[in-house]
Amino acid sequence: MAKKKNIEEPAAKPAGGLFTYAPAPESPAAAGDIASSYGHFIGGEFVDSSGSEALKTVNPATEQVLAEFAQGTDEDVDRAVAAARKAFADWSTLPGSERAKYLFRIARIIQERGRELAVLESIDNGKPIRETRDFDIPTVAAWFFYYAGWADKLDYAGFGANPRPLGVAGQVIPWNFPLMMLAWKIAPALATGNTVVLKPAETTPLTALRFAEICRQAGLPKGVVNIVTGDGRTGAALTAHPDVNKVAFTGSTPVGRAIAKQLAGSRKKLSLELGGKAANIVFDDAPIDQAVEGIVNGIFFNQGHVCCAGSRLLVQESVQDELLDALKRRMSTLRVGDPLDKNTDIGAINSAAQLARITELTDAGEAEGADRWSPECELPGTGFWFKPTIFTGVSQAHRIAQEEIFGPVLSVLTFRTPDEAVQKANNTPFGLSAGIWTEKGSRILWTANRLKAGVVWANTFNKFDPTSPFGGYKESGYGREGGRHGLEAYLDV
Amino acid sequence: MSDTTFARLDVLKTYKLYVGGKFPRSESGRVYEVTDSKGEWLANAPLGTRKDARDAVVAARAAVKGWAGTTAYNRGQVLYRVAEMLQGRREQFAAEVALSEGVGPKKAAALVDAAIDRWVWYAGWTDKVAQIAGGANPVAGPYFNLSTPEPTGVVGIVAPQAGYGHSLLGLVSVIAPAIATGNTVVVAAAADAPLPALSLGEVLATSDVPGGVVNILSGRTADIAPTLASHQDVNAVDLTGAIAADGPGAAQALEAAAADTLKRVVRPELDPFAQDWTNAPGTDRLLSFLETKTVWHPMGI
Repeated sequence: MAKKKNIEEPAAKPAGGLFTYAPAPESPAAAGDIASSYGHFIGGEFVDSSGSEALKTVNPATEQVLAEFAQGTDEDVDRAVAAARKAFADWSTLPGSERAKYLFRIARIIQERGRELAVLESIDNGKPIRETRDFDIPTVAAWFFYYAGWADKLDYAGFGANPRPLGVAGQVIPWNFPLMMLAWKIAPALATGNTVVLKPAETTPLTALRFAEICRQAGLPKGVVNIVTGDGRTGAALTAHPDVNKVAFTGSTPVGRAIAKQLAGSRKKLSLELGGKAANIVFDDAPIDQAVEGIVNGIFFNQGHVCCAGSRLLVQESVQDELLDALKRRMSTLRVGDPLDKNTDIGAINSAAQLARITELTDAGEAEGADRWSPECELPGTGFWFKPTIFTGVSQAHRIAQEEIFGPVLSVLTFRTPDEAVQKANNTPFGLSAGIWTEKGSRILWTANRLKAGVVWANTFNKFDPTSPFGGYKESGYGREGGRHGLEAYLDV
Repeated sequence: MSDTTFARLDVLKTYKLYVGGKFPRSESGRVYEVTDSKGEWLANAPLGTRKDARDAVVAARAAVKGWAGTTAYNRGQVLYRVAEMLQGRREQFAAEVALSEGVGPKKAAALVDAAIDRWVWYAGWTDKVAQIAGGANPVAGPYFNLSTPEPTGVVGIVAPQAGYGHSLLGLVSVIAPAIATGNTVVVAAAADAPLPALSLGEVLATSDVPGGVVNILSGRTADIAPTLASHQDVNAVDLTGAIAADGPGAAQALEAAAADTLKRVVRPELDPFAQDWTNAPGTDRLLSFLETKTVWHPMGI
């Protein structure tokens, strides 16, 4: 049967040599109208900035400007915090059951407008439509749905009777999961009776501004949610604002450190979700095919722009060759390209700056003597792209084994004994997540027990759920988001 | 037998640091005068230095694996044993507390009783905290998902220097919850009232608490606390006793130093002098030095 050759071979060798795919493009028009310029959302209204500086957000797959938006000034931040403060009195005293209904409404509208949000997110961020459609936006809705239910049950959350909100929360979020990070921040804050001022990242402001419209559709009282756009200067003005009671930040460890310093001596409560350099540990008895899927999901999901990405593969020496062969085979089938094509696995790198960072670190990997490999794949001529890449022969001292690359780049290290695996896995100032691949249950528990990481995925990777606490050990930050634990960051306890 | 009669001369105690289960003098060889609330000389306490603090961190780090790895049941018994030992030396501590805080003998004895009871309270918590702070998470998918609290690691503690009962009850109230959950601690004792703290070291040494789990240093807060706050191998700081208005030992400076390695920080009360350490402790401190670890595993056949 294998020798039957009556079908003509395709002219061009398809990706991975298995199947050809016809393009399956999602319509950019489904993103809805994108205005040419945006102001802030303060006190329930879209308002102009007090300043004249505007930033541009581009589609990283095409480098086309999508819209201009305001660089938030100190005065803008001040107005937004004042609006949030004004709204706090009524919002915090509203019966929890009523707050819950607002959040349920928001969850439902997000579901209704899911396609629009998925396309908009993909265009603004560069991530594949398959991920925004199947992961980001459903997770956003789930987060609001979960925390909606807590709003009238806080007495039973284990923080004593009638736990009090903190006040105005200043929230600064990253560009890798723009709307999802918004949901992780706003849902628990509102459920517990706080009001918020949120600053989206300067490369991905559009879904946060669209979320403002959703707040209006939901009839959310004015000032409960305020969105101020801008870069790090706006973020610093927000976290420093004297009338902010709570600061929540997700982003890089250096910025988190600076915020922690800025808040020293204040009474502001702080939660930080920072960088990572997760070890994905593959033992010799691991199911190789499943492990390969997990490794690929761990580092190539969302172009590797994931703080908990499995960016260090620790493979037991005896199965190294077998595993790496299978991994390379699998990587050869990854489709890199148009984020709006439903077949795309790896989309565009979010920005030129991030591409430069990835390039710098991978150059350092080569310079320091690690071996680089990428599958053959054509990259589009415009936009920001990076081939899925692995480095073998990596030592623990290499920069690519220590620093967060935040791109589709995997560093492969090896180990001989379980003790060595744990030691290497923990040999980093980070401690956000880790992966374990083995068929032996007791070994999973032994290893999980020793890993200094806030989330441990065993025989799976990059799974998230609103009921499941997420957050790091050591310099990956403090506080947890998700689950009952996630309430604590927004309560005066 | 001698026929000369004279008042027997007391044997005074040489107060020493408590580090790694041993009682060293300060590496500096220096001491400072400790006086009672009226300014009368009580003892010479070791003037712990930055180097002493670093040595104590090494001892605390070395003790983490064993202490965090022991069973919660066992840690509970060890903490209960501390209460037993403290009960046996109740009068000695009452005298030290009375002199340190300038309270009468009855109040001092009540404060020691409360300190003993606080060890008992936390002894009972060791094998329950995981049940109130952790649990199963009902994720929307075929996964087993469990969150468990784990100790943060090495905690640097600036012991209370103010408030009613700070010298012993306050001290116990900050040490016991940290070690109940499996952390190890380096304590900067109240600079002006270190004697109950240094004596507590003797109680701990005879209570099955492994060496290095609790390390107690006397000396200037402005020397010891900044060393702990900036130390790369300290995971968290409790700044309860950082009451200086400014300088390197002030809470703001210590919190800023702690930010460099993103240590978990417990801030001092707004008014530490108004703090009454006899108040019921609640679970705040118990939950302050924990990391939540969440483990996922697929379910299937």
